Amino acid sequence: MKFIKSSLRNIRRSPYQALAAVLIMMLTFLTISFFTFLLSGSSRVINFFESKPQVTAFFKNEAKQSDINTLESQIKNTGKVSSARFVSKQEALKIYREQNKDDPLLLDLVTADILPASLEISTFKISDLSEISEMLKGSPDVSEVIFQKDIVSTLVSWTSAVRKIGSGLIIVLSLVSTFIMITIIGIRISQRKEDIEIMRLIGASNWYIRWPFLFEGMFYAVLGAVIGWMIASLALWYSTPFLSSFLKGIPILPVSPVFLLEVLLAELVFAVILGFLSSFLAVLRYLR
Amino acid sequence: MIKLEKVSKKFGTGVFGLVDINLSVDKKEFVFLVGPTGSGKTTIFRLLTREILPTEGIVIVNDWDLTRLPKHQVPHLRKKIGVVFQDLKLLFDRTVFENVLMPLEVTGVKMEEATQKVKEVLTQIGIIEHKDKFPIQLSGGELQRTAIARALVLSPQILLADEPTGNLDSATSWEIVKLLSDINEKGTTVIMATHNVDIVKNLSKRVIALEKGKLVRDDKKKEGKK
Repeated sequence: MKFIKSSLRNIRRSPYQALAAVLIMMLTFLTISFFTFLLSGSSRVINFFESKPQVTAFFKNEAKQSDINTLESQIKNTGKVSSARFVSKQEALKIYREQNKDDPLLLDLVTADILPASLEISTFKISDLSEISEMLKGSPDVSEVIFQKDIVSTLVSWTSAVRKIGSGLIIVLSLVSTFIMITIIGIRISQRKEDIEIMRLIGASNWYIRWPFLFEGMFYAVLGAVIGWMIASLALWYSTPFLSSFLKGIPILPVSPVFLLEVLLAELVFAVILGFLSSFLAVLRYLR
Repeated sequence: MIKLEKVSKKFGTGVFGLVDINLSVDKKEFVFLVGPTGSGKTTIFRLLTREILPTEGIVIVNDWDLTRLPKHQVPHLRKKIGVVFQDLKLLFDRTVFENVLMPLEVTGVKMEEATQKVKEVLTQIGIIEHKDKFPIQLSGGELQRTAIARALVLSPQILLADEPTGNLDSATSWEIVKLLSDINEKGTTVIMATHNVDIVKNLSKRVIALEKGKLVRDDKKKEGKK
């Protein structure tokens, strides 16, 4: 592994070029990590909502309990409903208090009167949600119907936008880091032109000369990937308590270490390919 | 062992480096290649190491026709020919030991074996005590010896020495020539380019003289005619 020794000597001798290469790679892989976490999280949120086909009907304050009961039994009688649960104003307050138990200010402001009673309905099939929703909207006692499908479709369109922006950003950053790496490895080759010439004259093969540069490119990319992944993972770990309270009731946090390691592994593979490819392009360009 | 048949070399500038050269060098021969600066001595060396190709003619080294040698075979050729370059071409960021080790590294010889070989050659050349010094810490003669040691470390069949006494005083020059003679006696073919008349006169070896790219004298040919 003499070429590794040779690469490490190159890196030690021009630390600023090495730093620039590692930083640009780190930025690329930090972005990749963030968007991977974001997209994986949002797809799990969507799955969560999709697995719970649900319509929630909020009742007007003047709605009578007997009317609500009639509506509930009408809905149940359709045979399409897997569960229907009535949440009274007091129960709503209880849920609200439980969710905001750490924030006394929010608890003081809310009483049972301002929280509407509601009916949470789940269907066996997601396709039946529309029909149930229409039935609920038709009742004069219902003030508002929240249809889970709307939330899911909003989330899907948001996720798709995030995916597009993320992919665009990752492609641009990968290209930028490739070009920067080609330039840096090109400078390295120029700096060692005399050494390369001498090595050729004493019988070094092309691959003997190329390997240290290829290894150097892969080393920068792998180091950048590891640092980028570590920053993103640490940021996720630190923000887990905040995100957990934000995503109340949706069980996606904490993220499993296995998932994080899978992301790292995939990034390392990509880093090796990116590092090899960019230094190989530099070698082809400057080492003929 | 070495044969140049009707070799001409025209450079990109249109200038002829060599014109219609015919010569052959046998195994274990010691040959002086003489001529003024620009006469084509270095061009011959560059042809023999396949650094450049002739415009016309054939160059044969060890039964290899260098004009037809595939590019990937060039490193194999260069491992068979030791070269002491005019400008030495030592790596100044490596010690004497590391410089001499380089051809063995390139060939993929195991470290233990390579270290042993380098020590042997440095002892033979007489610079073992300088093995950990960098080129900048050496005298002209020591630098020249380092370059010779590097050329010899792979035990080449042919040694090309381009002006190895160029910048040296008379005493050191003789030491270097003595060293090359010893190497030749051990069986290596040596071609030494020089314009040091004293050395050529005092050593009764074959002399090939060039002038403006043309061969103007070859003792061997004369002997043959007689």
